[in-house]
Amino acid sequence: MTATTMEAHVAPAAPEGRLVSVARVRGMGIFLLGLSLIGVLGFGFGVSGSVHATFLLSSPPAVSVSPLDMPVRGVCIPLAVVCALLGAWLVAAPPRRGSYAIFGAGVVIFVWSFRVWAARGGSLDFVQLLAGTLVSATPLVYGALSGVMCERSGVVNIAIEGQFLAGAFLGAMIGSASHSLWLGVLAGAASGALFGALLAFLSLRYGADQIIVGVVIVAFATGLTNFLTAQVLSPDQATLNSPNTFDPIALPGLSKIPIIGPVLFNQNVFVYGAAVLLVVVHVALFHTKWGLRVRSVGEHPRAAATVGIHVVSVRYRNVILGGAIAGIGGASFTIGSIGEFSSNMTAGLGYVALAAMIFGRWRPFGALSAALLFGFAVSLQSFLAVLNVGIPSPILSMAPYVITIAVVSGLVGRVRPPAADGVPYVAG
Amino acid sequence: MTAVPAESVPAGESTTGEPSGSPPWWSTALHRMTEANVAVVTVLAVFCGLVFGAILIVVTTTSTLHAWGNVGSHPWHAISLSFRTVGTAYGDLFIGSIFSPSALGHAVSTGHGWVALFTPLSETLVAATPLILAGTGVALGFSTGVFNIGGQGQFIAGALAATYVGFGVHLPLPLHVPLVVLAGAAGGAVAGFIPGFLKARTGAHEVIVTIMLNYIILDLLDYLLTTKPLQAPHQSNSISQTIPSSATLPHLFGSGLRVNAGLIVALAVAAGASWFMKRSTLGFTFRVIGSNPDAGRTAGMDAKLATILVLTISGALVGLAGMSTLAGTDFFLSSGYGGGTGFNAITVALLGRNKPSGVVLGSLLFAALITGGRYMQAATGIPLDLTTVIQAVIVFFVATPALIREIFRLREAGSGKILLFTKGWAG
Amino acid sequence: MKLELAGITKRFGALVANNGIDLTVEPGEIHCLLGENGAGKSTLMNVLFGLLQADAGEIRIDGAAVRFADPGDAIRQGIGMVHQHFMLVPVFTVAENVVLGFEPTRALGFLDRQKARADIRRLSAEFGLEVDPDATVEELPVGIQQRVEILKALLRDVSLLILDEPTAVLTPQETDGLFTIMRSLAESGCSILFITHKLKEVLAVADRITVVRQGKVVGTTTPAESDEEELATMMVGRNVDLVVRKTAAEPGEPMLSLGALTLTDERGVTVVDHVDLTVRAGEVVALAGVQGNGQTELAEALLGLHPVAGGTIRLDGKDITGSTPRHALRAGIAYIPEDRQREGLVLGMSIGDNLVLDLHNVAPYARHGARNLTEVSESGQRKLSEFDIRATSVETPVGTLSGGNQQKVVVARELSRPVRLLVAAQPTRGLDVGSIEYVHRRIIEERDRGTAVLLISSELDEILALADQVAVMFRGAVVGIVPPGVGREQIGLMMAGAHEEGDPE
Repeated sequence: MTATTMEAHVAPAAPEGRLVSVARVRGMGIFLLGLSLIGVLGFGFGVSGSVHATFLLSSPPAVSVSPLDMPVRGVCIPLAVVCALLGAWLVAAPPRRGSYAIFGAGVVIFVWSFRVWAARGGSLDFVQLLAGTLVSATPLVYGALSGVMCERSGVVNIAIEGQFLAGAFLGAMIGSASHSLWLGVLAGAASGALFGALLAFLSLRYGADQIIVGVVIVAFATGLTNFLTAQVLSPDQATLNSPNTFDPIALPGLSKIPIIGPVLFNQNVFVYGAAVLLVVVHVALFHTKWGLRVRSVGEHPRAAATVGIHVVSVRYRNVILGGAIAGIGGASFTIGSIGEFSSNMTAGLGYVALAAMIFGRWRPFGALSAALLFGFAVSLQSFLAVLNVGIPSPILSMAPYVITIAVVSGLVGRVRPPAADGVPYVAG
Repeated sequence: MTAVPAESVPAGESTTGEPSGSPPWWSTALHRMTEANVAVVTVLAVFCGLVFGAILIVVTTTSTLHAWGNVGSHPWHAISLSFRTVGTAYGDLFIGSIFSPSALGHAVSTGHGWVALFTPLSETLVAATPLILAGTGVALGFSTGVFNIGGQGQFIAGALAATYVGFGVHLPLPLHVPLVVLAGAAGGAVAGFIPGFLKARTGAHEVIVTIMLNYIILDLLDYLLTTKPLQAPHQSNSISQTIPSSATLPHLFGSGLRVNAGLIVALAVAAGASWFMKRSTLGFTFRVIGSNPDAGRTAGMDAKLATILVLTISGALVGLAGMSTLAGTDFFLSSGYGGGTGFNAITVALLGRNKPSGVVLGSLLFAALITGGRYMQAATGIPLDLTTVIQAVIVFFVATPALIREIFRLREAGSGKILLFTKGWAG
Repeated sequence: MKLELAGITKRFGALVANNGIDLTVEPGEIHCLLGENGAGKSTLMNVLFGLLQADAGEIRIDGAAVRFADPGDAIRQGIGMVHQHFMLVPVFTVAENVVLGFEPTRALGFLDRQKARADIRRLSAEFGLEVDPDATVEELPVGIQQRVEILKALLRDVSLLILDEPTAVLTPQETDGLFTIMRSLAESGCSILFITHKLKEVLAVADRITVVRQGKVVGTTTPAESDEEELATMMVGRNVDLVVRKTAAEPGEPMLSLGALTLTDERGVTVVDHVDLTVRAGEVVALAGVQGNGQTELAEALLGLHPVAGGTIRLDGKDITGSTPRHALRAGIAYIPEDRQREGLVLGMSIGDNLVLDLHNVAPYARHGARNLTEVSESGQRKLSEFDIRATSVETPVGTLSGGNQQKVVVARELSRPVRLLVAAQPTRGLDVGSIEYVHRRIIEERDRGTAVLLISSELDEILALADQVAVMFRGAVVGIVPPGVGREQIGLMMAGAHEEGDPE
């Protein structure tokens, strides 16, 4: 980046952290046009005109709603037309701040018509699909927030996967042994923080390469949890690896709202915790003195140092806090949903969380939308496996990973990380 | 990219402070052993790894834990039991990977079983073969500023291609084996090309793309294993057809020992890579792009092409590793094939300081740990994963030589700091 | 504030950057610290500001000894610093940058942006430093960025302001404006420590002058007692020839011609706007302008390092628009990049390897894809003496050389090919006087050999010394091409956007 650009040359609407390019927006438009073609030919005319699809919309404790019954062709073709119009607009109109939102809307419309097509001749539990999305997205939100905390202060935390594993392991073990799920959460946070501290110690004090240390932490956590599972948990599964899981808490009143009630307001503490943490991190990062200092350290540590900010302490604090957040996210794998630890159970989602953070441009709410997208892919995949749409399940399970690659290779445009991200700070 | 601070200049250093002729050899040796050079740091890192492993064994074994619970009344018992437990485990590591005294006794007294005597060594060499190949591939990436974590996927891709060519083509052995070898390289190359291309064209960070490709290729393998023609006929399990003997790498020392021609391929690749990085023009380009891509571009080098090439070559070498186990020892594919080879390749590359010769030595060490670990698991019940932990600890210390220097109070020296290559996410 | 530095010594390994430096700044005084690049000025200031710790010596403020563990301590004592490389976070707004580390807050640590804006408006008005508190810093011209740096210091009620090479990024007129601000600050009782290597400025603004050379104080004087020549001699330690000796240019055929060259950055914003320019064989054309007005991108485009959005680049009549760097180099362009450490050299590699970065894969340095290391080493050895590179051997890593010797390695490499056009971007930035003289001499020699030279420099003195024609750039466009004879004032005005009033060519 050239640090200096003349006033007159600045693009009218260059949103922070993203460089709008004409070619990219045009590409997105063409992509939407392609999708609408699939929508018309594949979903619309791919089925006979009489086939219907049913979306089940009721789920306790919400007020009951009757299922939505739709003709597949009758719905998919209009949706494809809307998608095509959006695509055409992107191709024709100059790039603007809203270009990405339009693209997002187009993709959502396509996915919607895909769902209608997938449920052809049968029914799809729409509420469960959305609730599943939220559940799948939750650990990703924690992981992405961990990444935001670390990278906004200038330290690349590629060890999220390892912190997930450690949090999942210790959360299950302590939650099981102590019969207190809250102690499990605490243990998960502590284990994540410990690995955060290790990353901070080796990279900040000794200047070790952050990516190498991060990758080795993942390997270390994988080996250690595997070892301890075999050596400690397995022989004593009943006492050490059988924690309960947090029950959903129905928020009075709100959970009764049709469709969104059960999705948003009948979840367990991990989901609510993620929501609270999102708001807290966002507000703290962008509206407080603390956040201003953290961001200055991540962007230009020397500038921060010259106004008396202690760069290394800020980074230590953030990396350890970030580790704790990832650790809680890890605990959600075991005491949040499955109820026991098994080897490598996080299956690379720590890296997906990292991609969500990048997709979200190092912003909490950006990361949330990315996490929801991934969560939806995961949730949809398990639903499609049940619906038996004729796509083999290994191929379906690639979806989140393929989306991640698409995301990092520029569907979102060239992203701009904090300027000092991953760069060791040397005083003087 | 932050410029790598130049290491202290070795020229002239050896002559300072030694005015009256050369010192006696033991003094020089002592001097070398108390400074933090590459060899000393590596040995101490391995030592620290083993100590960490020992502690882990003691605190997770019920009997020792119990003994330490009573340490007040029987302190000596706790200590001696801990040493015995760890001693047995590490003794098994050695027996399983290098040499078994009891097997020697058996062979001498009966006159039979000489082959069995060499079995542990042969197994270590068998385990080292894919590590050398994959480690060299990763090291090549490292020295070009590219972090290839896609070992697992490229390994499978290589093995997959080798399997297809193995059972799908019918040729006599002298033609079939080279074709299988080439197929392995090609399979890995394709899996390496993808992240290289994406990085060069869109700036997608190879760390994320290669990791994601690992999962995608694992899923792809699962899918292919349930479909024709890969799936073994009349099988409901997810395993592939077995390749015919014409496609397998020949044994080097008879059928009793599994060490095979894959080792020759691996050593040749390591030697070739060493020459390539030191003496070839392309290797020079890679090194320049690795340490300062901007300067490379200004001097007319094509940094993007170099990125694509290096990931492709790196992938090809990891693919060869997958081929070497498939055509050397396993002969058929199963779900999750290759396990941790991708990760092990990273650790040996770091342990070997990105030099092919170092990678060979590092591979032998970690191969011994893995082979011995299997024996240990069978003999004492301590999980094989212990060796993963030990490896990770070793690499922590190798990556932070300053830590070793502080712990052991060594003097500063060229401790082979690992090349700094992090360039942030935007590529 | 009265500041005294007594016996400050700072070592980096074997190098003594500051050697027993004594310096006194009286209250309300503008004190100049004069020294050439590498004399240890910046190290001294970093010690004074708490960024580095001295190995020996004492800092006294109003007679009392103080210790600064970090810049926070220095700031609390009333010391402010405007750094040579601005210490501003590019993506922050002006207000955020100014209050960073000194944030007005409401309850719970929430930022009080209202108060921040009000404070900045008040200070702006008081000192005549016009700036929009809500502008993003990276989108401001460097001159305005410097105002933000000064505001940062003022907000903290400084009683000693350190200005480290503040004029490098300013036009002559902006420099005069800065001097006015400095004087009014001094009158209000603030002490000012002004660090520079520019003699004219020292004489224009200083109350007292301290000269440092090779880490030691050479002497203290005043503008009244001294002149440029004497200061230059003190600064360098020998008589310095302040003018570059050269004969009149004998321009030949047009070598480089740009036709409506237009470049855009990654965002599609125009950074070079329809530039027409011709450089003839045997003449030096200088691109003058404040840093960030498109010169860098223009130079990069010539070598194919920056994509061309429109227009043509012709070298000796042949269209080389959009060619790769490799092709441009082979076509006869030599390129001295703006930032030698980032773009010119691989610091961890040997001098020998750096000397053949461009030709490493062709004979005689390579054959059939294999490098000929003997030839690399032997030819490197020859270039060490030919280009006066001071190093023990060609195996020495380039990163261990001084800035001047590093630049000579770049020059040696670039001039070792058959050259038709030399593009020299900031060729003497950060060099000591000896190396500057050497590089200048080489450039003129190249010109006299019939090479076309395009010089890009933000140092007006350098441009006036070397150029046969001066093209002034402002906001991506060439606002005029004038002979150097029109003088500093005229060129300075054009650098600020005024169109040429003098004779066109």
